[in-house]
Amino acid sequence: MSDSNNNFIEVRDLTFYRGERVIYQNVSLDIPRGKITAIMGPSGTGKTTLLRLIGGQLKPDSGTITVDGQNIPELPRKELFELRSRMGMLFQSGALFTDISVFENVAFPLRVHSQLPEEMIRDVVLMKLHAVGLRGARDLMPSELSGGMARRVALARAIALDPDLVMYDEPFTGQDPVAMGVVVQLIRLLNDALGHTCIIVSHDVEETASIADFIYVIADGEVIGQGTPDEVLHSDSPRLKQFIQGLPDGPVPFHFPARDLSDDLLAGVK
Amino acid sequence: MIIQLLSRVGAKGIAFLDTFGTSGLFLFHSLFAWPNVRNGFPLLVKQIYSVGVLSLVIIMVSGLFIGMVLALQGYNILTRYGSEQALGQLVSLTLLRELGPVVAALLFAGRAGSALTAEIGLMKSTEQLASLEMIGVDPLRRIIAPRFWAGVICMPILAVIFSSIGIWGASLVGVDWLGVYSGSFWANMQDSVEFVDDVMNGVIKSLAFGIVVTWIAVFQGYDSVPTSEGIGRATTRTVVYASLAILSLDFILTALMFGDL
Repeated sequence: MSDSNNNFIEVRDLTFYRGERVIYQNVSLDIPRGKITAIMGPSGTGKTTLLRLIGGQLKPDSGTITVDGQNIPELPRKELFELRSRMGMLFQSGALFTDISVFENVAFPLRVHSQLPEEMIRDVVLMKLHAVGLRGARDLMPSELSGGMARRVALARAIALDPDLVMYDEPFTGQDPVAMGVVVQLIRLLNDALGHTCIIVSHDVEETASIADFIYVIADGEVIGQGTPDEVLHSDSPRLKQFIQGLPDGPVPFHFPARDLSDDLLAGVK
Repeated sequence: MIIQLLSRVGAKGIAFLDTFGTSGLFLFHSLFAWPNVRNGFPLLVKQIYSVGVLSLVIIMVSGLFIGMVLALQGYNILTRYGSEQALGQLVSLTLLRELGPVVAALLFAGRAGSALTAEIGLMKSTEQLASLEMIGVDPLRRIIAPRFWAGVICMPILAVIFSSIGIWGASLVGVDWLGVYSGSFWANMQDSVEFVDDVMNGVIKSLAFGIVVTWIAVFQGYDSVPTSEGIGRATTRTVVYASLAILSLDFILTALMFGDL
């Protein structure tokens, strides 16, 4: 497990606070190289935060995050930006640049990091857009796209450079059944073909389990379950079971921490 | 009680210095992050267009009216002393030394500064800045630096245009309408305006205002809370802080330049 050659990312004793709230408390996990690892968990457990910590956009309060042998929190700015050019990230909102067209959005990482001639950039961009089914939308502006389309463009942009690590933040949200199937397949296909490391953050249990090689389930600032999709789906742990089967009652709280409902109602207006 | 008060004042002071330090470092990073010429120049030109060229109309119209009002007011007073031929001198010195740089900077803060803050704040809230970072591009270089430099370059030019149009407006009212003899209007102006003392000092003032206004605008945008309310507040803060900074800085600069200290 601690063989660093097989793990692209190693997180050790990660602690992170957002204000007073504990997001992570001494979390350790490994992302194996060349595999698809899914991070699952209820909303608000800091799954996106984990991606930002790995990308070096947030600094942990303690602990180390090693990406390909380099400790992210202590990496100087320049090296961090170099390392990031080998990462692709699909943001939850898509985060396309609103002042340039779909084509230019996908071309952006290529123009910044590669010295490719314009002809070749065009070919690469069209191929990536074709893969997500939006080659015909290349001249549209991001404001003219629907949420699901914008996310597919963002997906094309995230993989434009064929990075070593791709982080997908909720890639399945807002997709119609057809696009959903395509995106699921695409992620699997890309991983098989290019052999890059993938992290998928999601709470769509079924889709994620169908393509992931390994799953971590996070809740309450700690890892509550891990294993292959089969192991996680058929786990006996009550917390895991509740999350996977989507049961309203169980050890994983549906409610944000609060005092008792009857107390709250009887307290009246101050 | 007193301790509490002291600690509150202290906390406020520390928070203020903290923000000031952060924004100073921020300025430092964007100043010394001049992107390479091939990639950076088109970005700069684009920003000069949106910050400078698009501000031209409001600057020109305001300059025209301020010049016309100055001529009207000045004429009424000067004519009481029978010295209306000094109108050119009055208008040009007022505009070049004070009103040109100051009013142009105030308008610039309202027109371009607020737009910069809102634009950068929205980029932050839509995760565009974050995605730039993840692509491996420093937003300070890509987004902030061209906007900052565009503001610094445009401000003096806008102020000079403001003053020129103002003087033209004054001649329209003074010479063409109120009948001041055009020879004395222009000759008086030529005699009294010194290039270094008046014109250049005005340009230096507006350069200083340009730096301060754009610095405040881009920092407020970058530092804004990425919600609709946060961006609204950041935009307001830009206009308020920039205006206060312009007016107080103007006093200091005037004292240094014309105060015989």
